[in-house]
Amino acid sequence: MSRRPRGRDERSLGASVALHATLLTATAIALFPVLWVFLASIKPQNAIQSSKVTLIDHPTLENYRHVLFDTSFPTWFLNSVVVAVFTMVIGMAMSATAGYALSRFNFPGKRGLMWVFLITQMFPVAILIVPIYSIMASLNLIDTKASLVIAYCTVAVPFCTWMLRGYFDTIPRDLDEAAALDGLGPFKTFWYVILPLARPGLAVTAFYTFLTAWGEVAYAIAFILSDKKLTLGAGLQQFVPQFNPQWDLLTAGAVLIMLPASLVFYFAQRHLVAGLTAGGTKG
Amino acid sequence: MSTPVVFDAATRVYPGSTTPAVDSLDLEVRAGEFLVLVGPSGCGKSTSLRMLAGLEDVTSGAIRIGERDVTHLRPKDRDIAMVFQSYALYPHLTVGENMGFALKIAGLSKAEITARVTDAAKVLDLEPYLDRKPKALSGGQRQRVAMGRAIVREPQVFLMDEPLSNLDAKLRVSTRTQIAALQRRLGITTVYVTHDQVEAMTMGDRVAVLKDGILQQVAAPLELYDKPANAFVAGFIGSPAMNLGTFRVEDGAAVIGEARVPLPRTATAALTESEVVLGFRPEALEMVAGYAPDAFAVEVLVAEELGSEAFLYGTLEGASLRDPQLVAKVAPRSVPPKGSRVHFRILPDRMHVFSPATGEALPTA
Repeated sequence: MSRRPRGRDERSLGASVALHATLLTATAIALFPVLWVFLASIKPQNAIQSSKVTLIDHPTLENYRHVLFDTSFPTWFLNSVVVAVFTMVIGMAMSATAGYALSRFNFPGKRGLMWVFLITQMFPVAILIVPIYSIMASLNLIDTKASLVIAYCTVAVPFCTWMLRGYFDTIPRDLDEAAALDGLGPFKTFWYVILPLARPGLAVTAFYTFLTAWGEVAYAIAFILSDKKLTLGAGLQQFVPQFNPQWDLLTAGAVLIMLPASLVFYFAQRHLVAGLTAGGTKG
Repeated sequence: MSTPVVFDAATRVYPGSTTPAVDSLDLEVRAGEFLVLVGPSGCGKSTSLRMLAGLEDVTSGAIRIGERDVTHLRPKDRDIAMVFQSYALYPHLTVGENMGFALKIAGLSKAEITARVTDAAKVLDLEPYLDRKPKALSGGQRQRVAMGRAIVREPQVFLMDEPLSNLDAKLRVSTRTQIAALQRRLGITTVYVTHDQVEAMTMGDRVAVLKDGILQQVAAPLELYDKPANAFVAGFIGSPAMNLGTFRVEDGAAVIGEARVPLPRTATAALTESEVVLGFRPEALEMVAGYAPDAFAVEVLVAEELGSEAFLYGTLEGASLRDPQLVAKVAPRSVPPKGSRVHFRILPDRMHVFSPATGEALPTA
C-alpha cells in the first residue's frame, strides 16, 4: 500500500508533537509566575517562606481575610479605582477628540502638535517626576488624587491620540461628508458616526489608559504622602519592606489587584471586532 | 416646485495649485432637469459637484439654488441630497436607519420618518431589507439604499457622483434606466457626474462636457453628438469614437491620401491655416467600389461582427489620424476580410470640420 501524499494543511506526527510541546512550554513559562503567586496566596503565612517547595500546602483564605479586613488595602483599592476610572474617562475624552481633529481637520500647528505628542512619549518617567512634582506643588495638588489623574493623563493622552488618529484615518471620509449632507456638524458627526465605528480603537485605548493608572507606582509614591490616600501599586509596597516582608499579604493583594483589570479587559475585548466599517463604502 | 441651479463663474483653485480645478464655470441647470457632467478624469466634474454640495470651497464666483445664494452655506443648509460613488452608508445603522438618518437629525416625528422610509423602500424594492446592515447587502442593493437615503429627504436638488461605477456592467445598464425613470417621476433637479459618455448620453436631458476645468459644451445628447462645438467634444462623445485627423488643404479640399475631399465653402472661408481637422463618425463612412475622387483607401486590420452591426478597423493609406486606426461602420454579414483593401468616402453632410489652431468647429453650412 503506497503512502498517501501529505496534504497542504497536514503535518507529520513528529512535527505536531514538537509544535505542541513548544507551545505548551511557552504557555507554562508565561503562566507560571501568576500561578505561583496565586498558589502562594492560599498558603499559610509560614508555608510561603518554607524551604520545602510545595504547590499546595494547607490551602486557606486566611491571607485574603487578613488583607481585606486588617490592612488599608480596601481604601487603597478604592483610591485606585477612582484614579484609574477618572484617568480613563478624562484621557479618552481628550485623546479621542484630539485624534479626530488631527485625523480630519487642517489647522495651524497641526504638525507641531503631532511632534509634541510623539516626543513627550520618549521621556522616561524618572526624568518627569521631579518637574511634574514641582508643578503639582505650585498648584497645591500634592497628596491629592487629582495630581495622579493629571500625571497619568500626560502619559496616556499622547499615545492614545496617536493611536486613535490612526484608527480614525481608516474610517472613510465619505462618511463624514455624507453626515455633513445629512445635517450633522463636526461634533455630531464625531458622536453619531465616527465614535460608533471606532469602538475597537476606543476599547484598546480605554484599556490602556486604565492600566496606565491602575498599576503605577513611581508617581504615586512621589505625589501621595498620607497612607490613606495611597493607590494600590504604592500601597502594596508597604507589605514588603526591606526587612520582614509580608509575602502572605502581598500575594493575596496581588491576586485581588488583577481582578478589576481583568474585568475592564473583559468589557474592552468584547468591542475588539474587526470589520465594523464593512459595507459602508465600496472598495 | 422644482428648483433651478446656477453656477455663476464658479471657480475652485486647490491650495498649493496655480491652475484652477474648475475654471469660471457658467452653467444653468433648469428646474427639474437631469443634467449630466461628463469628462475624462481630472476634468473638474466631481469638483464642480462637490462645490454645489458644499464639500468644496468656492474660490470665486457664486452658486445659486433657486433664488438662494448658497456659495458659502454649509452643506446641511443647502437642501440637497447626494449619492456618493462609494455609497457612504453608515455601516453601524440598518438600511431603514440609514435612510431615515437625515430626517431624524432634522427632528421629524418617528411616524413621519417611518412613513417616508417605507415609501422610498417600496419604490426601490428595499422593503425586505430595512432591518439589515449594509454589509449584508449586495452591491446593487447598497446602491439603492444610497438612492433611498437621498429620496427620503425630498431635497431641492439631487447630486450623484458616479453612482453606478461600482456595479457590474449588466446591473449598471438596468440601474441606469431606473435612475433616469425615477428622476423623471420625482421631477427633482438632478446633477449627475460620470466619466462614461454612454451614461451621459442615455440619462441626461442635457449633458455638460468638461475638460481641464473648463466647460466645453452644454447641449442635449443628440445635439452634442451631431453638432460638437469642438474637436474634444467630438472625440469624447460617441462609441466607437469619431475619427479625427489633421489634413492638408489644397484648393478648398482636404488631402486624405490620394483622395481630395471637398470642404464646405463656409469652412474654408473661416480657415486661416493650410491645414484642417476633419472628423467623421464610423457611420458617416460609405464603402465605394472602385475609384472615386473623394474616396480613400483603407487596409482592414480587424473586423468586428456584432450581428446587428459590424465595425472595421484599419489603417488609412497615405495619411494618419489621431488614433492609430480608422473605424468604419459597415453592413453586417458581408464584412471585407482582414488584410483586404477597401475604399471609403465621407458622406458630405456628416463631416465635421474643426480649426487646427483652436479646435473649434467651423461652420459647414
